[in-house]
Amino acid sequence: MSFVSIRDLKVAFDGVRVLHGIDLDIGRGEAVGLVGESGCGKSVTWLAALGLLPGKARVTGSVRIEGRELIDARPGELESVRGARIAMIFQDPSSSLNPVHRVGRQITESLRLHRGLRGSAARAEAIRLLDMVGIPSAATRIDLYPHEFSGGQCQRVMIAMALAGRPDLLIADEPTTALDATIQAQILDLLSSIRRDTGMAMVFISHDLGAVSAVCDRASVMYAGRIVETDNVARLFGAPKHPYTRGLFDAIPDLNAGRARLVPVEGTVPDPRNLPQGCAFAPRCARATRFCTAYAPDLKLQAMGGKVACFHPDQSSEPMRETQVVVA
Amino acid sequence: MSPLLEARGLVQQYTSGKSLFGKPDIVRAVDGIDLTVTRGEVLGIVGESGSGKSTLGRMLLGLETPFSGEVLYHGQPMPAPRTEQWRRLRAQMQLIFQDPLAALDRRMTIAAQIAEPLEIHGLAKGAEVTDRVAALMARVGLRRDQADRYPHELSGGQRQRVVIARALATNPGFLVCDEPVSALDVSIQAQVVNLLRDLQEQDGLTMVFISHDLKVVRNICDRVAVMYLGRVVEEAPSDSIFAEPRHPYTQALVSSIPLAGQGLEGRIILRGEPPNPAARPSGCAFHPRCRFADASCTVQVPPLENHGGRLAACLKLPRAPRLAA
Repeated sequence: MSFVSIRDLKVAFDGVRVLHGIDLDIGRGEAVGLVGESGCGKSVTWLAALGLLPGKARVTGSVRIEGRELIDARPGELESVRGARIAMIFQDPSSSLNPVHRVGRQITESLRLHRGLRGSAARAEAIRLLDMVGIPSAATRIDLYPHEFSGGQCQRVMIAMALAGRPDLLIADEPTTALDATIQAQILDLLSSIRRDTGMAMVFISHDLGAVSAVCDRASVMYAGRIVETDNVARLFGAPKHPYTRGLFDAIPDLNAGRARLVPVEGTVPDPRNLPQGCAFAPRCARATRFCTAYAPDLKLQAMGGKVACFHPDQSSEPMRETQVVVA
Repeated sequence: MSPLLEARGLVQQYTSGKSLFGKPDIVRAVDGIDLTVTRGEVLGIVGESGSGKSTLGRMLLGLETPFSGEVLYHGQPMPAPRTEQWRRLRAQMQLIFQDPLAALDRRMTIAAQIAEPLEIHGLAKGAEVTDRVAALMARVGLRRDQADRYPHELSGGQRQRVVIARALATNPGFLVCDEPVSALDVSIQAQVVNLLRDLQEQDGLTMVFISHDLKVVRNICDRVAVMYLGRVVEEAPSDSIFAEPRHPYTQALVSSIPLAGQGLEGRIILRGEPPNPAARPSGCAFHPRCRFADASCTVQVPPLENHGGRLAACLKLPRAPRLAA
């Protein structure tokens, strides 16, 4: 049985539906990527699952963690899951930390809540966690304030805080987007090594396909509130079948292709208040037929493996350009 | 090729955080930069936050007066800000920012904002303005019916098209783009990059393209300068700098680009923290994070020297192993 199982999760704000029935399973110790552009619902999926959306959001469907239902669960029940079983880190670490408290106090708070540690035991554990996420001289820097750390270090502190409850699953929502390239590489490396050491599962939410393929086993691509393709990373990135997935890959400039013209996905993401009939991607899709503008495709298992929501998936096994090894 | 723009020994410093009794902290954002931009060329400036790339861009445009050094445009020194000459030069040089919503006036229609530079510089009158605005909108791929819309009614990519149309209104010869596509989604980013390339090729625009996104820089630039803590550490044609980065920092930067379909193997993970201009390390500013640094790197500032057709500033360069891309 998978650790977390999401079924037909739907979210609406003020009567506007932004999530149209998400099915997703996360196995124990698995790293799953959630890819898509802004507004596609990748963050909302997990905020809804953990009951973190504002009151005006209408959430329906089912989110089970080891069989226990989270949707419409009592606050006490949610509290025993959040932070302890499932922890979450966000894009902007400096705004997730409390600026007026020392980082040590913020980590020990988490240790007290989730593991009942107090006093010197909590402090020693906080130092161990800071050390584990690569903060140099953790024993002295534990008494510093968030503004005394750089952006990359703040993200490390956030990760230490998330690990404080020994979660089985870490939801990382664009954890490296606000960081510089070389620091991003450090954080991706850190997340991978923590997973290796602790066996923790991870959901990695990102618009950066490269980062997702670096740290995930499996990934789902979302468009306009739906999952349009899901597969293991090798197949998804090797031969994407959904025209949108393919479009995302083709739009990334290729380091080895020099000044070749880019291939954008024409048009723009549809407004959730005004979704096109049929497949939401049809107006931007080169393969769309009249059938696509009338009916919405379901996410279906493919013969070659993986699931795709498309009436005309790309069956060619032509390799992607970035997987080709080019020796300069 | 004749240089359109030349920067000589550019330095910019800011005074910050005056404590009650202590000396004010002096932060050198740009620390001695020589650059030449040839007519019709696209020069990329890459570097991490705090490397001084945006400050450099503003000085190249004459929007900031350098602490020392000078910028020559068409061989002439940059006139003092707010003078008549300086204002005339504004029409020839334009800047495109990262955040189009911040660059646009929320209370003005798209058409009015594109018309503004034409009116300020007295380039068109009456019906001529309407025609020019329509032509500019068509050039950047905006629909005619969007003329009366307000910025919040457009998508991010469309807003950036408006900013580009407004920058092109005065027929500038020189354009500085500061992270112009960083705020856009991948599929839209490619649309705007293609647009900038088309405009550059059609008009023979000279462009300085500032970005932390190396993949976009690779696609649009002829030549690239890599900055680290206010200095250029490597400068080369974009074909060679990405295929064979020589400076250890450039090597780490190029190897840190996550490529779709590739794992973490073979990447150079830098130790240490990102550069802080307020606490510049002695000698080579990169030495605390460098794999090849030794004692000499901590005292000696490496000069930017020619190494077989490219410029690089590294004492260990002759011995640093070459890295195939």
